[in-house]
Amino acid sequence: MTPLFAAGSIAGFLKEHDFSDAWSSGLAAIVHAFLIINFFAVAPLIYIWLERKVAGRIQDRLGPTRVGGKFGWLQTLADGVKLIQKEDLCPESADSMLFRMAPYLVFVASFGAFIALPWSDGWVAQNLDVGLFFMLAVMSLEVIGVILAGYSSGSKWSLFGGMREAAQVVSYEIPMAICALVPVVVAGTLNMVDIGRMQAGWLTNWLVLHDPFTFLAFWVYFTVATASVKRAPFDLAEAESELVAGFHTEYSGIRWSYFFMAEYGSMFAVSAIATVLFLGGWHLGVPLLEESGLYQTAGGVFIAHLIGLGVFIFKGCALVFVQMWVRWTLPRLRIDQVMTSCLKYLLPISCFLLLGIASWPLAIHCLKGRTVLFGEPLGEKVYRTSQPTIRPVQSARQPGAMHEKKIGERGEGSLSSWRS
Amino acid sequence: MEIVKSALEPLFSLIHAGSVWAFVLATIGAAVAVVLSQNVVRMAFWLIIALGSTAGLFFALDADFLGAAQLLVYVGGTLVLLVFGVMLTASGPFMQMKTSPGEGVLAGFIGFSLLGLLATSVCTVAWDPHGAVAPIAAAGYNPAEEGNTTRALGMSLLGLRPDKDLGQENARPGTGYLLPFEVASVHLLVVLVGAAYLARAKRRQAPPAL
Amino acid sequence: MPAVELDVYLFVAAVLFVCGAVCMATKRNAIGVLMGVELVLNGANLNFVAFARYTALGLDGQVIALFVIVLAAAEAAVALAIALSFYNNHLTIDVDRGNELHG
Repeated sequence: MTPLFAAGSIAGFLKEHDFSDAWSSGLAAIVHAFLIINFFAVAPLIYIWLERKVAGRIQDRLGPTRVGGKFGWLQTLADGVKLIQKEDLCPESADSMLFRMAPYLVFVASFGAFIALPWSDGWVAQNLDVGLFFMLAVMSLEVIGVILAGYSSGSKWSLFGGMREAAQVVSYEIPMAICALVPVVVAGTLNMVDIGRMQAGWLTNWLVLHDPFTFLAFWVYFTVATASVKRAPFDLAEAESELVAGFHTEYSGIRWSYFFMAEYGSMFAVSAIATVLFLGGWHLGVPLLEESGLYQTAGGVFIAHLIGLGVFIFKGCALVFVQMWVRWTLPRLRIDQVMTSCLKYLLPISCFLLLGIASWPLAIHCLKGRTVLFGEPLGEKVYRTSQPTIRPVQSARQPGAMHEKKIGERGEGSLSSWRS
Repeated sequence: MEIVKSALEPLFSLIHAGSVWAFVLATIGAAVAVVLSQNVVRMAFWLIIALGSTAGLFFALDADFLGAAQLLVYVGGTLVLLVFGVMLTASGPFMQMKTSPGEGVLAGFIGFSLLGLLATSVCTVAWDPHGAVAPIAAAGYNPAEEGNTTRALGMSLLGLRPDKDLGQENARPGTGYLLPFEVASVHLLVVLVGAAYLARAKRRQAPPAL
Repeated sequence: MPAVELDVYLFVAAVLFVCGAVCMATKRNAIGVLMGVELVLNGANLNFVAFARYTALGLDGQVIALFVIVLAAAEAAVALAIALSFYNNHLTIDVDRGNELHG
């Protein structure tokens, strides 16, 4: 029997048990959506609590202490209940249709990115070949909801916030995409599951330690990602000391909380992308699981993947914590400083990193006769451990319709061709 | 168990086939709404829905790279630019510029005739389904031996056509798109410079010294 | 529920094209006209991709659609710059007011 998740997808599991195409894909979709939306709803509860605690500790306060025991665990839940009870206001001068739609647009954009995010080896809602590109694309839609919210509120503070957001995010998208390309050039694929698998084994296999360019790209990516999810010190769109509350000044109640869920969702999403691209994804950094023989049995594979899930969420949350730490440490930049630091510094740096990573294997091959500094080349180890085959069920197509010709070589082939 | 299976079968087949139909309907509805709405920001909103659903249709057509590119470039880039332009130019009375009813009726008439013409030609022409080749690669995840559209698209932009050139006897190379790719790159550079030149702030007089 | 076939995609593309054309013809806001152009280009793109999937056009359709997306982005940037300088000169974005070249 194949264990549930390790079958690559729930759909594949159901297919093996005589469910029809429609059943398996539909049920798999529902299960995936349920799991992700629950993470999406629960994670902000914890993050907001954590944010308050972090802010409190950094400012030498205690943070929440009353609700739900000594540490104020239930503070966010109480806040949520309060928000749901609040009146859903729509200002008279607002464009009511757009005003009501904008939070949903933001929410959907932030939530949609999780479709292609791998949580553990093969545990992904939809294993897309263009997974990374898809995530970046969907997350870039969030800005439109923010702009519409700012514009339709009919308030000048909101409009200022929306304008700043538009200028900032459109600029920061460019270095963000280029920095995300740096590890992609190393890995040779946009598929996030494959990129994660390449970093199995020791810590030195993590792409952040692959070469100097990926190492720098990680820091640049993280800076730019912080800006693109409009966190401090780049939170000009909602700068409360200048713009009341920026683009969400006029929002109240549950619609306001959608913006916050989306913000924390995107924070985790960009951190998770950084985790998969640079920090080894769901791998421990020590080949404990691979050596322990856990992959020999089906149940062991499941447990290994479960541990991977925990590692992945831990790494993602650690990066979110760093974003909070930065927020309460650094002062906010001015809008012209934000734009200057993007267009004059981060963009040229990221272009340089992309050029550098493209010529790196050639240079090091000439100098040292091998393509990597430490360990073995990527791709050698990808399929060495007996991973279960990941084949999610294609919807609306029978497998026979796929073409028979080979297009190039992929995986080991394309990567090993570097060394030849 | 079997009863439940068969009872819920229609529901799941609805989800299965219905998602593409949902994108079809959303595209059509939003496109019509773009024409009908008078407020230009609402037009932008409906355009976002229309182009986003078109990206969904691209995914349904196995063009996953194109779908993501559509989302990133069109919806996330171009439309933000347009909304930005709306914000810079919409000042009070110019928010709503009504078309005169006569023009509206005329345009509607011509539009419907054009749509009728196109729709009849779509329905009557036999689009040669037998000439179809199997798609390059299915959308979603493709195992190593099947490749994916990203790789094939990238190679064709470099002047190679893996689906046509490689693996054929006496294949004639050079059916790729290297030259158009280079032309498009230069074009983008020119556009970058040109747009910056056109939109630059013109200071008619030097700002007063403080 | 029938599967969505080539005809349906072509029909959607036709609707996008017609909506875009009507939009270009009737909107007086220059940016509204631009949005019409985007709709027309998307209709054409959808045609290319649908033919790429269902006929012998193959990968060519997708490559052309990719070029269309790139050029549409470039076109939008330039047209927006023109619209902004039009606005700077006329203090309105109404295209009917740009009629000094009547002679």
